[in-house]
Amino acid sequence: MGTFILRRLIQTVVVLVLVSFFAYLLLYLIPGDPAVTMLGLEASKEQIEALRHELGLDRPMLFQYVNWFMNVVQGDFGKSLIYRENITDLILTRLPITFHLGLVSLFLSTLISIPAGVISAVKRGGLLDSVITVSANLGMAIPLFWLGILGVYLFSLKLGWLPVQGYTSPFSDFWMSTKQIIMPSICLSVVPLASLARQTRSSMLEVIRQDYIRTARSKGLKQRTIITGHALKNAIIPVVTLLGIQMRNLVGGSVLIETVFNIPGIGRLMVRGVFEKDFLIVQGCIVMVALVVALANLLVDISYGYFDPRIRHEE
Amino acid sequence: MAASHLLEVKNLTTEFRIGGSVIRAVDGISYYIDDGEIVGLVGESGCGKSASQLSVLQLIPMPPGNIVSGEAIFQGIDLLDFDPDGEQIRAVRGGKIGLIFQEPMTSLNPVLTIGRQIIETLVLHLHMDRQSARKRAVELIDLMGIPDAKQRIDNYPHQFSGGMRQRIMIAMAVSCNPNLLIADEPTTALDVTTQAQILEILRNMVKAFNTSLLIVTHNLGVVARYAQRIYVMYAGRIVESGTVKDIFDNPCHPYTLGLLKSVPRLDEPKGRKLVPIVGLPPNLGNMPGYCAFWPRCSKRSPACKKKPWPELRLISGQHYTACDYDFDKK
Repeated sequence: MGTFILRRLIQTVVVLVLVSFFAYLLLYLIPGDPAVTMLGLEASKEQIEALRHELGLDRPMLFQYVNWFMNVVQGDFGKSLIYRENITDLILTRLPITFHLGLVSLFLSTLISIPAGVISAVKRGGLLDSVITVSANLGMAIPLFWLGILGVYLFSLKLGWLPVQGYTSPFSDFWMSTKQIIMPSICLSVVPLASLARQTRSSMLEVIRQDYIRTARSKGLKQRTIITGHALKNAIIPVVTLLGIQMRNLVGGSVLIETVFNIPGIGRLMVRGVFEKDFLIVQGCIVMVALVVALANLLVDISYGYFDPRIRHEE
Repeated sequence: MAASHLLEVKNLTTEFRIGGSVIRAVDGISYYIDDGEIVGLVGESGCGKSASQLSVLQLIPMPPGNIVSGEAIFQGIDLLDFDPDGEQIRAVRGGKIGLIFQEPMTSLNPVLTIGRQIIETLVLHLHMDRQSARKRAVELIDLMGIPDAKQRIDNYPHQFSGGMRQRIMIAMAVSCNPNLLIADEPTTALDVTTQAQILEILRNMVKAFNTSLLIVTHNLGVVARYAQRIYVMYAGRIVESGTVKDIFDNPCHPYTLGLLKSVPRLDEPKGRKLVPIVGLPPNLGNMPGYCAFWPRCSKRSPACKKKPWPELRLISGQHYTACDYDFDKK
C-alpha cells in the first residue's frame, strides 16, 4: 500500500507539471499579441514593449515557462493586470467559496445518490426503481443553467423563500449563507447525483447476483444485513471512482453556477480572466483546479485500499 | 408410514422463466434423508440437482425462478410454507441446515475477513457475544486443519487457496451445529488431492457434529465411498434410487448404467473401455412427452416413445427405477 501511494503521488506530480505546461501554452495558442490585447489598440509602441518586457514575452518561450513555473511552485502566480493584485491572493480568497459550494454539492449528491441507487437495485423493476431511474435519467439531461434560472424564478422570485443570488461566508452569517448556498449547490449536485445513483444501481445489481451473496443468504442473514454488510462494500468501488471523476464536474459546473448565482468563486474569476484576456489569472486558476482535482483523485485511489483488501495487499 | 424423516421432499417442482419459455428444472422429485445419514444426489450438469437443493431453502432467485409445487418437510414443518425472506426460514438457513457451495473461489465475500464471515453466523443463530464467537470461530478454523487459526482468522479470502476456502465454507456451514449439511458439488472446483481432503473433512464433520449430509455431485466415485443411499437425477427427475449396493451392483436404469460405464473403477479387470453416454442432456424448455433419456438410451424401444415417462417403480427393498426395461430378462 505504501509503494502504491508513493507511485500515485509521483503520477500526480507529473500530471500537474503537464497541466501547468499546457496552461502556459494558452498564452501562445490564442492569436494576437497578449500585450496588445491587454493594452488596447491605442497603446503606443513603447508601452507595448514595456509590457512585453514586464511579462517576459521578449524571452524564449521555454525560459518563460520555467520562470513562471518556478514562481508557481513557490506560490506566486504573478500579478493580475485587471485587478492589479497578486493572483495568489485572488485565488486564495475565492477558493474557499468554491470549496464551500462544491462540498455542499458533493455531500448532497453522495448522501442521496447511494441510498437511491441501492434501493433502486434491491427493488428492481418496482415502482420506486422506475421513479428513481427516470429521475436519474432526467437529471443527466437537464441543463445546469436552465435548472438554476428556474430555481431562482420559483423559489426566490415567486415564493420568496431563498435569496436570488450572492454569497455570504458561513462564519459571518450561517443562516444567510445556508439560504444562499442551497439553490446553487442543488443545481450543481444534480448531474453527479444522477450519475452516481445510476452507477450505484448497476454495480449493486452486479454484486447481488454473485455467489457470495447467495452464501450470505444461505447463512440466514437478513436482507438488510446482506445489502449493507455484504453487498455495498463490494459495489462501492466503481461508485467511488465515478465520484472522483465527478469532482471535475463539480469544479467545471461551478463556473456556470457561480455566474448564474453571482457567487465570487474561482469559477467566476476564471471566466473574468478569460473575457478580459488576463492570461495569468486563467493559468493560475487552471493550475489550482488541476491541483484540487488531482488531490481528490489521489484520495479516491487511496480509498480503494480501504474498500478492497485485494488492492491493499498488492505486491 | 415409517418414522418421520429429517427432511422429506415431496413432489418438488421448480421452474425458471427465461425469455419466453418456461424451463422446468426440477420436475416433481421426492426424496428423503434421515438423521445421521449420508445421501448422494447424482447427475450430469444442468439436471436440476442444485436447483432442487436451493429450492428446499427457497434460495433460488425469484423471479425468474418459481417453486411451482411440492413440500419440503424438515423436522415436521414444511419449509416451502415460509415467507422466502421471513424470520422462520432464515432461522433454518445456516442454523439448522448448513450449505456448502461448488465455487469456493467466489462463494466467500472478498471484502470481509473470513473471521467476520464465520462470526456473524454464530452471533446470528447461537446468539453468542462477539468474543466467544471469535473464540469459537478460531476453534472451527483449527478443526478444519487450517494452521495458525488465531492469525488466519483476520485474513481475507484472497489470502487462501481454493481448498482452504472450501474448508472455511465448511467451517461456516457447520458452525451452528446444523442437523443437515447440504454440500452442492463441494469438490468440483478443486484438484484431486484436495478433493479427497475436503471429503474426509466433510465425513469427519458428519461424525463430530452428528449431522446428516446430502452431497450433490456428478462424481459417482465420491458417493460410492461416502454415501449410504443414492438418488440419480436426469432432466429434473429422479430416475433411480437405492442403497449404494443397489445402484452399483444392480443398476436398473439405462442412465445409471451409462454413468457407471463412463467412470473408471479400481475393482474391475484391466482393459475395460470407458463408454461415454452419447448425446447431450435434453433441453429442459422443450421436453418430449415420453422418456427424456430415450434419444441417448441403449435399451430403448419404439414402445417407449408411445407412453409417458415411466414413474418410479419398486425393484426391491429401497431400490426404485423409472424405466420399464427389465434387466433380468436381458
